[in-house]
Amino acid sequence: MIDTKDREIIEALQSGLPLVPEPFAQVAETLGLNEAALMYRLADMKSRGVIRRIAAAPNHFKLGMTSNGMTVWDVEDDRVAELGAQIGALPFVTHCYERPRALPDWPYNLFAMVHGSDRQEVEEKRAEISVILGDAYRANDILYSTRILKKTGLRLKKKG
Amino acid sequence: MKLDKTDRTILNRMQDDLPLVSHPYAAVAKELGLTEDDLLDRMSRMKDARVITRFGPFFDAAALGGAFCLCAMAVPTEDFETVLTKVNAHPEVAHNYERTHRLNMWFVLATETPEGITNTAEAIERETGIAVLQFPKLQEFFIGFRVAA
Repeated sequence: MIDTKDREIIEALQSGLPLVPEPFAQVAETLGLNEAALMYRLADMKSRGVIRRIAAAPNHFKLGMTSNGMTVWDVEDDRVAELGAQIGALPFVTHCYERPRALPDWPYNLFAMVHGSDRQEVEEKRAEISVILGDAYRANDILYSTRILKKTGLRLKKKG
Repeated sequence: MKLDKTDRTILNRMQDDLPLVSHPYAAVAKELGLTEDDLLDRMSRMKDARVITRFGPFFDAAALGGAFCLCAMAVPTEDFETVLTKVNAHPEVAHNYERTHRLNMWFVLATETPEGITNTAEAIERETGIAVLQFPKLQEFFIGFRVAA
């Protein structure tokens, strides 16, 4: 897993990497490490999948992708793996998961996130998904996001 | 904030991995035919304007021995802000979106242990008196997450 020093590194970086010419050197200094040691540990955490990538999280709303629809489908269980892979491969689907139903409130087991510049564009994409799923789904719905209420990413609790 | 073509080029590139080198922004700037100063200046402006909500490492809670879980609640409109304050006060709530459905609050819990999901969901239920439905992923069909700016 991760040791104490990795944990300190994660805590130091969870709010973000500084936008300065030598960001790793700056962070290393606050941790009492040298830059090379910090970069070695980051590379190691990347190779183990603890860090997926170092990148920007964009705000879809501010990019004009003002319509964000979570399409949800009640797909036959024995076909969800095969069809989920097809839906996940569509270029306009950014996330696609099989999740458990919560009956009776929630009959849907396939979730596919679709982004577009307006709801009409999202509805057209939803219709394309519907064609692919064909007779394998019984019901579907779409939930538009109307507000980002929080977006911070993973935060470690301070230990001790 | 109005984004120009250079801002969009930067944003598209910066959704991919930053190189692990001493001067990573200079390396990316060179790739894009920009100066390091210009890249950093534009990144800072996009961050200040919240076009970029966060820049840094994406940690995988599962690889840390923890877990992620999508959760949903049906919050009465008149209680929405009160419930929101209580839900967002939990550091385990990584993202939270308002959505058009009877289940109108959808958030992701990211916890350091698998039990953390249930513990946090139960704490939110106690504090708000509203059921927290849990939708953990059973299968992931696509991992990429890129938005063309």
